[in-house]
Amino acid sequence: MDKIALILLAYLVAAILFILGLKGLTHPRSAVRGNLIGALGMLLAIVATLFAGELIDNPSGYWLIGIGLVIGSVIGGVLAVRVQMTAMPQMVALFNGFGGAASVLVAGAELAVFDLAKNAEKVAAGDPQALPGGFIVFTGLLAGLIGAVTFWGSLVAFAKLEEYQSFKKPIRYPAQQPINALLGVIVLGLLVAGVMNPEIGWIYWLVVVVASVLGFTLVNPIGGADMPVVIALLNSYSGLAAAATGFVLNNSVLIIAGSLVGASGVILTQIMCKAMNRSLAHVLFGVLEASEGSATADEVYGGRVKATSADEVAMLFDTARSVVIVPGYGMAVAQAQHAVRDLYNVLESKGIDVEFAIHPVAGRMPGHMNVLLAEAEIPYEKLKEMDEINPSFPQVDVVLVIGANDVVNPVARTDPSSPIAGMPILDVDKAKTVVVVKRSLSPGFAGIPNPLFAADNCLMYFADGKKAVLDLVVAAKQ
Amino acid sequence: MTMIITALTIFVLAVFVGFEIITKIPPTLHTPLMSGSNAISGITVVGAIIAAGAGHGWAASTLGMLAVILAMINVVGGFLVTNRMLAMFRRKR
Repeated sequence: MDKIALILLAYLVAAILFILGLKGLTHPRSAVRGNLIGALGMLLAIVATLFAGELIDNPSGYWLIGIGLVIGSVIGGVLAVRVQMTAMPQMVALFNGFGGAASVLVAGAELAVFDLAKNAEKVAAGDPQALPGGFIVFTGLLAGLIGAVTFWGSLVAFAKLEEYQSFKKPIRYPAQQPINALLGVIVLGLLVAGVMNPEIGWIYWLVVVVASVLGFTLVNPIGGADMPVVIALLNSYSGLAAAATGFVLNNSVLIIAGSLVGASGVILTQIMCKAMNRSLAHVLFGVLEASEGSATADEVYGGRVKATSADEVAMLFDTARSVVIVPGYGMAVAQAQHAVRDLYNVLESKGIDVEFAIHPVAGRMPGHMNVLLAEAEIPYEKLKEMDEINPSFPQVDVVLVIGANDVVNPVARTDPSSPIAGMPILDVDKAKTVVVVKRSLSPGFAGIPNPLFAADNCLMYFADGKKAVLDLVVAAKQ
Repeated sequence: MTMIITALTIFVLAVFVGFEIITKIPPTLHTPLMSGSNAISGITVVGAIIAAGAGHGWAASTLGMLAVILAMINVVGGFLVTNRMLAMFRRKR
């Protein structure tokens, strides 16, 4: 078999390994193995590429490649090993951005050396590896566009998740969406111009610049709580950028792997939007305002909020048979997951059945809460999805809400004009008693008061998440 | 033209496969899914290697090498981070 065929075969095996690897993620049992299989596929793809004809013809190039591989591996390895679990979302955003940047550079490099005339000859001669020049230029520009948006968008997402001061509040300026629309039109116009005039190389870099600005302006106005959706979307984009680059190089493994990632990102984005009952367009372009007719905090809370203490909650636990814990972003911020595990152990040792209710958009990333609780060594069978656990709330004795707000706000069910109207929530208000651990009555991302806090069966435990849970552990042990 | 159709065929089929697999992944594993699929998107390193090593001039080689570094960070970082997360789900009580 000739060399090219062998490499293509290796690419096919690598693609199969990627698919099998992702399949492994369908269950925690096979997940670790799945990840390893995926990594093996990547190794195979890299090794096979090293045997490509163009590289063997240019042996000095191997130095550059080798140095690049080593530097990248070291940086990636160090970052991955040293990052804290709670910073996982930001890391994913950062890595994602780098992938997008890589696509921009690769497409740029390929277009820079692309010889229109020579390619036309190859096409005319019927070379099976050759693609029409216009197609290559088009997909190249596309790769640059998507890659640039991904890179800068991911950087902004990273900054917001790391809560850098200047990015904490979504920066709003007038004519925001028209400016984005204008940028979009400009970049598409440049795309067309680039395809019509493939000899003008610098159009590519102009597209990259405008797309970079667009990446920044698109993600900037979006609030921190919507980052899960944004990251899922950017994840998809980096896959699409890789696929586009694959079209430029006519490289099958790039196309397949890029498409797989692109598809996975789109599905996740859809799932998240459905969970929030907001359309993607609303997340990206809309602004969350409390509606005119809704109640103010005073009206909702006035005189009806009951504060409680660790001892009082411990007494509730004494007579409880079933407890459900609802974690939220606040738990992650307070780093309370290990304290929660201690509480879980104490309660279980008293014969209480403890489960965790995980809302799909709790936290900063889909599955964020699950990762944190798994890190705290809570058995994953105890982590229940919203749809699974919602029907059982009426039979639950005590619900402990830690750092969650909007996902347990009954207003989503009752008030059609509320910003969270229609969003599926955890029906904790149906339980016998709800204890909410929160530092104060400050609103969540939706900016609205939560009538749950004023309900008759609700007690507010005002304290820092970690301290509150630790105090509960002590009190419950007595 | 047939090459374009072939490439498009691969793309379309891959999208279908992606959809089928991803919809079966439980929400509890969505974060490792994000970081795992992100690692796979580092496949760009293959294109970067070709760009860097094909000796098509200093521009391509420089851009290529930079791309190799960035893509490799994506790949190695991505798979390691995913492994860290998944290892925590392994423990059975």
